[in-house]
Amino acid sequence: MAFLVSHPDEVKVVSKRFGKGATSINRYIELDGYKAVQKALGMGPELIINEVKNSGLRGRGGAGFSTGMKWSFVPKQSAKPKYVLCNGDESEPGTCKDRLIFEQDPHAVIEGVMIASIAVGSHTGYIYIRGEYRYLSVIMQKALKEAYAKGFLGKNIFGSGYDLDVYWHGGAGAYEVGEESALMESLEGKRGIPRIRPPFPAVVGLWGGPTVINNAETLASVPPIILGGAESYAKIGTPKNGGTRLFCLAGHLNKPGVYELPMGYNLKKMIYDVGGGIPNGRELKAVVPGGSSTPVLLPEEIDVAMDFDSVAKAGSMLGSGGVVVLDEKTCIVKFALRTMKFYQHESCGWCIPCREGTDWLKKTLTRFHNGGGVMKDIDNIYYLSENMLGKTFCPLGDAAAMPTMAFVKKFRKEFEDHLDGRPCPFEKAGAAQEPAFAH
Amino acid sequence: MLGHYPTKRSALVPTLLYAQDEVGYLSDEVIAELARRLDLTELEVQNVISYYSMLTTKPRGKYNVQVCTNIACMLVGGEELLEHCEKKLGIRHKGTTQDGLFSLEEVECIGGCSWAPAVQVNYDFHESLTPEKMDRVLDEYKKKGTQ
Repeated sequence: MAFLVSHPDEVKVVSKRFGKGATSINRYIELDGYKAVQKALGMGPELIINEVKNSGLRGRGGAGFSTGMKWSFVPKQSAKPKYVLCNGDESEPGTCKDRLIFEQDPHAVIEGVMIASIAVGSHTGYIYIRGEYRYLSVIMQKALKEAYAKGFLGKNIFGSGYDLDVYWHGGAGAYEVGEESALMESLEGKRGIPRIRPPFPAVVGLWGGPTVINNAETLASVPPIILGGAESYAKIGTPKNGGTRLFCLAGHLNKPGVYELPMGYNLKKMIYDVGGGIPNGRELKAVVPGGSSTPVLLPEEIDVAMDFDSVAKAGSMLGSGGVVVLDEKTCIVKFALRTMKFYQHESCGWCIPCREGTDWLKKTLTRFHNGGGVMKDIDNIYYLSENMLGKTFCPLGDAAAMPTMAFVKKFRKEFEDHLDGRPCPFEKAGAAQEPAFAH
Repeated sequence: MLGHYPTKRSALVPTLLYAQDEVGYLSDEVIAELARRLDLTELEVQNVISYYSMLTTKPRGKYNVQVCTNIACMLVGGEELLEHCEKKLGIRHKGTTQDGLFSLEEVECIGGCSWAPAVQVNYDFHESLTPEKMDRVLDEYKKKGTQ
């Protein structure tokens, strides 16, 4: 079980049932559970979609696309069955929020899938959970069983005449599968290779049928919107960025943890107040604001509102909510190398720029960090990344390129220092021998 | 589970993982049996196995120690923790101890970022670790495994 934290600035919408035993369906019902779906059945598709659109809810997986808009793209009439697919393949480094939702409030995700299904006219939903999260699959399977036993799922749900099945599905270890089209391939029992778009999943998705794919946190945000109304949800956040967000604070912090804060919460405050600041009296060097694929921010850039538009304006992305804090003793070249090692490992190998680019970059960064760098490597690292950007079928190539370009651009001096202070000025200074363990 | 999908092969990925948990690894017999049940060729099954990092066609130790060294864990000692495990168990990445009790793996992000450094032993999470806490975790598994 993950350790729960709290802070007075938190606004608990998605996390309001955390730590309250809501994995049991009876407790979930006591805490207003399965009321929203009954209300949604009375509202009908158009009203539900409008409500979600007006709430300003945007995809919590990272892309930040309007959820209501996504749902509205699904054709009303379809010869093939329609599907709703919950993306619980959480694996963006720095991100551990969906895990908490599945662990503490699985029925909220089920209810979100149900409302999405009613909104788009789907009768089958899937909740895909990454293979590593086996204990959460157990929790989810039990939750689904309970929902069936109560008659909330299956034929004629809540006596409405609407039939709806929701099933669990499990992965077996692959970051790439978190990408929506690769997720569908995986669910169809294949290698998780992305599909060429268009057609988009809303038109041609699972087994050729129209499919809505939403992140687990996005879906868990839907019941409170339906129950409390779009307006009160939108009011919590900033314009066009409704509601709250589970921020995963990690790295060099005194109080790391998952905190639910309003959209637009100030990043500096998040680090120094909510996260308790940086341990051992050290200074801040950099922040990765939204998972490993988002460009790094410098200390002078962190006075920013954490919503999709403000972070984009600051030159990065809100991404998946994983805020990773780096103190002054962190070697950026090593950090860049570890990030690239990940993308090289996870590249599915389909697109050549990504497959070859991540491999070359990993090799170059490894050699560079080990003391075998030359000056032109620095430009080459940037150039190689730039040539991956936008040239792949899925965003994995971009995810590897964007942070790397930012590391070179913002920390060029530190790359150069590696040439003068071979192999690594930070390891020379004995930083590696200092206590790394915060706990 | 087959009834949950319009095509049989859809059950393949989770079924492979459950079969692996049962047998310990995906042996030729397991692959042949799953191919038969899901109307696939063995090659098609192998093709899927090679994609997913949790699936293995080679036997592993009873307890697979998976140490995350990705960014959030690296910052707070993930790499040192891996080194510590290497020394303590006398094996490297993807190695297995002679008694067959432990395997070691350096893994990518397992979603323990806010409770880093994090390790999974089979499916169990162990978090906010130090080398001392790790020793206790490994000793407990050793005790459990040799009883």
